[in-house]
Amino acid sequence: METFSPISRRDLLKTGGALVVSFALGAKRAPAQNADAGKPLDATEVDSFLAVHADGSVTIYTGKVDVGTGLRIAVRQMAAEELGLPAERVALVEGDTGLTPDQGGTGGSTGLTRGGSEVRQAAATARRALLELGAQQLKRAAAELTLVDGEVRPVAGGAGIGIGALTGGRRFTLKVDAKAPLQNPANYRVVGKPLPRPDVPAKCTGRNTYLQDFTLPGMLHGRVIRPPAIGAKLQSVDETSVRAIPDVRVVRIENFLGVVAPDEWAAVRAARELKATWSDWQGLPGNDGLERFVRESPIDRDQVLVTKGDPAAALPSAAKQLSATYRWPNQSHASLGPSCSVADWRSDGLTVWSSSQSTHGLRGSFARMFGIDGSTVRVVYMDGAGSYGGNGNDDAAADAVLLSKAVGKPVRVQWMRQEEHGWDPKGPQQYLDLRGGIDAQGRIVAWETQMWLPTTVPGNRPFLGVDAAAISQPHGQGAGQISQNGDPPYEASNVKVVVHWTKDTPLRISNLRAPGKIANVFAVESFTDELAHAAGMDPVAFRLRGLADPRGVEVLQRATQMIDWQARTSPNPRPGNGRGVAYMRYKQSENYVAMAMDVSVDRATGRVTVRRVACAHDCGLVVNPDSLRNQIEGCIVQTLSRTLHEEVKFDRSRVTSVDWASYPILTFPEVPIVDVVLINHPELPLLGAGEAATATVAAALGNAIFDATGVRLRTAPFTTERVKAALA
Amino acid sequence: MAKFSFQLNGRPVTVDSWDPGQPLLYVLRNTLGQHGPKFGCGLAQCGACTVLIDGKATRSCVMPVRQAAGKTVTTIEGLGTPEKPDPVQAAFIAEQAAQCGYCTNGMIMTAKALLNQTPHATLDQIKQGLAGNLCRCGTHTRILRAIQRVVKA
Repeated sequence: METFSPISRRDLLKTGGALVVSFALGAKRAPAQNADAGKPLDATEVDSFLAVHADGSVTIYTGKVDVGTGLRIAVRQMAAEELGLPAERVALVEGDTGLTPDQGGTGGSTGLTRGGSEVRQAAATARRALLELGAQQLKRAAAELTLVDGEVRPVAGGAGIGIGALTGGRRFTLKVDAKAPLQNPANYRVVGKPLPRPDVPAKCTGRNTYLQDFTLPGMLHGRVIRPPAIGAKLQSVDETSVRAIPDVRVVRIENFLGVVAPDEWAAVRAARELKATWSDWQGLPGNDGLERFVRESPIDRDQVLVTKGDPAAALPSAAKQLSATYRWPNQSHASLGPSCSVADWRSDGLTVWSSSQSTHGLRGSFARMFGIDGSTVRVVYMDGAGSYGGNGNDDAAADAVLLSKAVGKPVRVQWMRQEEHGWDPKGPQQYLDLRGGIDAQGRIVAWETQMWLPTTVPGNRPFLGVDAAAISQPHGQGAGQISQNGDPPYEASNVKVVVHWTKDTPLRISNLRAPGKIANVFAVESFTDELAHAAGMDPVAFRLRGLADPRGVEVLQRATQMIDWQARTSPNPRPGNGRGVAYMRYKQSENYVAMAMDVSVDRATGRVTVRRVACAHDCGLVVNPDSLRNQIEGCIVQTLSRTLHEEVKFDRSRVTSVDWASYPILTFPEVPIVDVVLINHPELPLLGAGEAATATVAAALGNAIFDATGVRLRTAPFTTERVKAALA
Repeated sequence: MAKFSFQLNGRPVTVDSWDPGQPLLYVLRNTLGQHGPKFGCGLAQCGACTVLIDGKATRSCVMPVRQAAGKTVTTIEGLGTPEKPDPVQAAFIAEQAAQCGYCTNGMIMTAKALLNQTPHATLDQIKQGLAGNLCRCGTHTRILRAIQRVVKA
C-alpha cells in the first residue's frame, strides 16, 4: 500500500506525466527572448510561424489560442494543406509569448480569419521555398515539381525528396510573401475534412493538462479576499483569525488582501476565515435603477452609424408607425471553471501561465504596470474553462503576479465560484429605442435605431488586484464592437442608426461572445417582425421581399424549410405553439445566418419550451465542418441560456448573483433539437464562426413566443416570471 | 495528521490530511495527482468534480475526505485512457462531445453511473440524469448523442 502526503506533490511531479515535467522545465528556462534559442517572433518572418523539422514533421506557432473552439485542428489543416502534409504531422504551439508571433488577441471571431490566414500565408511561402530547394536537389524546374505527402516530387512521376531532408531542420530565414500562391481550393485534401480535434481524447479521459492542473516545484496556492462592496477600502486585518490553519501567510498591499499556503485547502479556508474590516460603499444603482442610471448618464458623444434619407421626416407620413424599446441585461461570462493563473516572479524575469485570450496583451500590460522590461516577461497559454471573451482570466493572472512578487515563490491562484460570478467583467447592459414606418404596401419607409451603450475609453481594462494594490495602471473601458448590426438588413428607404455613448456604466465591462450583436439583432429582428405583423404579412415573406443578397436569401430559405415553415401571419391561430425566424449578416459584412425555431409556451407557468432550432450558416470557406458545427451548436445553446435565464443581479454595493443558483444557466432538460446546415463556399475567403450564430437566437425566440402567444417580449431574459407577467 | 484509507481506481491508498473536513476533491487533485475531477463551484451545483463513490456519482467538492474512508473511489482516470477508452469515453470522443472540456469529467462520470443503473436509458431519462450537470459551452446536444450512442451499442 502506498501512503500519500500533501508534501509528496513534488515527488509526484517528478514522476508524473511528461507534460507536467516539460512545462516545469520550461519554467526554468529564461523567459522570452531566449526561449527556443532565439526563434524569430516577428510576424513578417516565415520562421516565426513554422518550423520544418529534419524528420519531416512540422511545428506551427500561432499567437491565437484554442479556447475550446477547434482552432487547434483548423489551423493545422490550413497549414498542412499548403505544406502537402497530413494534419497529424503538424504540431501546434499556441499563445506563448516566448515562442509565438503576436497575432492580436483571440476574439471577435478572428482566430482563423487572421490567425489561420497568417499561418497559411507563411506556409504558402514555405511551400514555394521548399519547391525551389527541391528544384536544386532534383535538378528540375520548380514548376515541374509538386509538394505532396511531405515530399517534393516531379509532377510527371519519379523519385522525390522529403521536406525534412530538404531543410535539414534549418530555418528558412525568409519574409512571409503576401503574394505566395495558395493552394487551389479545388485541390484541397485536408481543408474541408471533418478531422477530429486532437485535444478531445485527452479531455474525455482526464488526461488533458489544464492550467488548473499545472503545478511548479515550490509553488504556493493563493486566494484573494475581495471586499464586500466593490469600492470598499480595507481598514484592518486580524491575522490571528487564521493562525490555526497550517503555514498560511497573509499578504496585504494597500487594499489588496490575499493568502498563500503550500496546501490549497489551507489557502481556501484561510481566505474564507480571515477576519478583515472594510469601509462601506454604495456606488451602484442596483438593478432597479440601472436603466435610469444609463439614460441619465452624461453622454460622451453621439455617433451616427448609418444615415440614409431622413426617417424623421418620412415617418409621419407612413401608413403605419411603430416604436418600441428593447432591453438587454448585464451578463456574466460565467465560465464553468473559475479563472486561474500561475505566476513565477523572479529577479531576472516574470513567467505567467494563463488561459488569457490575449497572452501578448497581458505581457505588455504586466511589463508596464510592474515597471519591468517586456523582454523578460513571458506569458504562456494553457487550456482553461471556456472564457467567451474577457472573463476573470487576466485578473487572476494579475493576482498571481502580485502574490508571487510579494512572497518570492511561484503562486497559483484559482478564483472561487463567487469571485468568477461576482467579479468577472460583465457584458454591458444595452437599451435600444426603435421607430419605424411602413407604407400601404408594407414596405419599410422609415427606420431609426437609437442605442444607449457604454463608451469606449482607450487603454486596458484595469486589473482588479492591481487597482486594489494602488499600483498605477490605465483605466480603459470597452466591450468590443458592440454597436454593429443596428440597422435592418432589408431594403428601407430612410434609415438612421445613432449611438449615444454614455460616460457612466455601473459595472466593469468587457467583451462577451458576439459583443453587442445579440441584443442589437434581438431589437432589429424583433422590430422587423413587428413591422411584418403591422403589414399583415408572413414574417419570412416580409423579409425576403426586402432582401437582395442571394447568400442571405439562401440561408433564410434553408433555415425556414428545415422547420417546414408555412406562410401565414403571426400570431398562430392555434395558441401555445409558435415558430419564429431571424436573419442577419454578422457585422454587416461577414457570416450569413438564418435561424428558425419551434417553441411552446405554457401560459399558466410562463415556461417557454424551445423544441427545435434550425440554423443555416454561411461563413465562406469551411475548414473543418464538424468543428464548425460544434461551434454553431454551442452558439445556439449558450445564447438560449443567455436569453431565457441570464441577468447579473446587483444591489447598491455588489453583484449578488454569485453562484449557479442565483445566476442559473440552461440545463439538460431544456435542450432542444438543434439542426445545422452548412453552406460551404470553398471559392470564398473563410470567416470566423465562434460568434455569428449567437446573434439570431434571441430574436428568433422572441418572435416564436409572439407567434405562440400574441405577446411581444422586448426585455431579456425571458424568465418564467417575466413571461407569466407579460401573459397575465 | 489523520490518515484515511480507501480504494482509488482499484488500488488501496492512504492519505494524510490536516483537516478531516477537507473536501475529497482537493485530496484527489493535489495529493493523489488525479486531475480529471475539476473544481467548478465548491457548492455541488455544477458537477465538474464528480467521481464515483461505491459506484454512485458523487460531488467530491463537498464530500469531506473522512467520509471517503473505507469506500471505493473511481475517477475518470480509472475508466480508460486515450488509447483504451471506456465505452462512455469512446462515445464522447466519437461524437466530439467537448469544447473546452472542463465539464466533461462530470458528464462522463454522471453518465457512467446513470448507465450502470439504467443501461437502456431513454433520451428523457438521460436529460433528467444530467439535469444537475452544467455545461457552459453549449455542447449539450453532442453529450446527449454520445450517451445515446452507448445505449444503442
